[in-house]
Amino acid sequence: MADTMAQHGAASPGEDGEPRRDFLKLVAGSFAAVGVGAMAWPFIASMNPARDVLALSTTEVDLSPIAVGSAVTVVWRGKPVFVRNRTAEEVQAARAAPLSQLPDPQADQARVTRDPWLIVVGICTHLGCVPLGQKPTDPRGDYGGWFCPCHGSHYDTSGRIRKGPAPANLVVPEYAFTSDTQIRIG
Amino acid sequence: MAIGLHDSDFKNPVVRWIDARLPVFTMMQKEYGTFPTPRNFNYFWNFGALAMINLMIMIATGIFLAMHYTPHTTMAFDSVERIMRDVNYGWLLRYVHANGASMFFIVVYIHIWRGLWYGSYKAPRELLWMLGVVIFLLMMATAFMGYVLPWGQMSFWGATVITNLFSAIPLVGPDIVTWLWGGFSVDNPTLNRFYSLHYLLPFVIVGVVFLHVAALHITGSNNPLGIDPKGPQDTIPFHPYYTIKDSVGVVAYLIVFAILVFFMPNYLGHPDNYIPANPLVTPAHIVPEWYFLPYYAVLRAVPDKLGGVVLMFASIAVLFVLPWLDTSPVRSMRFRPVAKWFLLLWLVAFAVLLYCGGKPPEEPYVSISRAATFYYFLYFLVILPLLGRLERPLSLPESIARPVLRGGGPLPAGAAAQPMEKA
Repeated sequence: MADTMAQHGAASPGEDGEPRRDFLKLVAGSFAAVGVGAMAWPFIASMNPARDVLALSTTEVDLSPIAVGSAVTVVWRGKPVFVRNRTAEEVQAARAAPLSQLPDPQADQARVTRDPWLIVVGICTHLGCVPLGQKPTDPRGDYGGWFCPCHGSHYDTSGRIRKGPAPANLVVPEYAFTSDTQIRIG
Repeated sequence: MAIGLHDSDFKNPVVRWIDARLPVFTMMQKEYGTFPTPRNFNYFWNFGALAMINLMIMIATGIFLAMHYTPHTTMAFDSVERIMRDVNYGWLLRYVHANGASMFFIVVYIHIWRGLWYGSYKAPRELLWMLGVVIFLLMMATAFMGYVLPWGQMSFWGATVITNLFSAIPLVGPDIVTWLWGGFSVDNPTLNRFYSLHYLLPFVIVGVVFLHVAALHITGSNNPLGIDPKGPQDTIPFHPYYTIKDSVGVVAYLIVFAILVFFMPNYLGHPDNYIPANPLVTPAHIVPEWYFLPYYAVLRAVPDKLGGVVLMFASIAVLFVLPWLDTSPVRSMRFRPVAKWFLLLWLVAFAVLLYCGGKPPEEPYVSISRAATFYYFLYFLVILPLLGRLERPLSLPESIARPVLRGGGPLPAGAAAQPMEKA
């Protein structure tokens, strides 16, 4: 179609008809492009999270029933979040690991707001499986944290990747202590 | 150029490489670029392109609405409200889709009227016209099933009444209705199948539209004079002349569409459909959407169940045989001094039926509907066949170019049409 337009421009008799036509084509084309973009946006935006989905973006967790050494899994934005009341030995093990040996070096203190609580998103950073290790009977991998059965990633007691294909540590979500026994995730 | 490859005229090497193997660019250039089109179109000829654009808008908004809609009786209504309140721009998608249905029927009714007034249904365009009637029927089915999906009171009772039309069929009627419902009343199985078919039928429409356009590109377009182009002086290339003329129409169309969507989105709907479906209570006054009202009036004009249903379907079926009912060889009503008044009166009858269809089934509307229904069929079945013999048409112009150029005598050498033809 642009082809015929060009031919028409050439056929117009005026000497300075050519730049004028180029200008008109450019303006009309830009106008159409902006219009199509403006029309496309509501369609694209409609696929983003709706308001009722966004309204589910925070989760409150009561920490009081979680005994030392045990863990619970809560759902935040449709994803599992591990909340672990770590034993003193587990905290010790996490702090003792030299950063130079970690694939994704990060100090345990940087991943924890208040001891002994470790709160991480329970999704393996490799390809999105949920690692094992929440139940006492689960395998916890070589480092006593979590073990992902899909492709064999081992996480330590700080949720840091130690061995296996996962590239990064388990993600620490944004959360805050609203009281001594209450946190709000998100 | 190697054997087996299309000899492409395109200069751009990538376009040329594709075009030589799959000549889509050549096809587009032939069918929408240089396609010779009568030079005397008026704005009535915009409505085919507008209908095409409307169909694309409906499919686009429909696909995105389907991402959020839940076809289950317990959730359908709430999922539509969620689209309105929670989904980003969901209100816009839904209002465009709902009012798009109304716009589609406005556009298609004008498109059909164009065909009636300028005799576009006559030879050699009979099949083109019949494919158009098929599209119209598919549109009606699609619109009806789409209206059921929000599962409001009007959805439910509209579905109940329309499916019950089939109970008028002797002997097997009730079994057919049970089959349509997938149960013993309009319920979840009905909603599920309507959703499935509402998603399917638009793509069937796309297929028939393709055939409609393919047939159009064999016969070429009719024109306001109703005479055939006699040569290149009577035609201009589709692009840029009619792409630009269609663009003007598109802007006007979008203004009307936008006014409906942004300022009066529920004007053409019914408040009752914002009440969730209740199988135990029928609303006091149920009416179909405005675009079905003429046929609804025909249905109610007949004091017999089967007769009303038959006449209602006949009011559309008669369009299929219209090319053979109208025996006049003259296409355009411009040259039919008698028929044009009867056709205008038919338009009045259609408008009266549309009006009466929205009124309660009581006097005087029933009697008026009967008179209008009588004339609706009289025009097609008696007046048109007779006028073909009795009417003396005005003399047709010699060619399309002649009245356009307003000159007597032969065209001057290198008439104004010539340079445009080359372009």
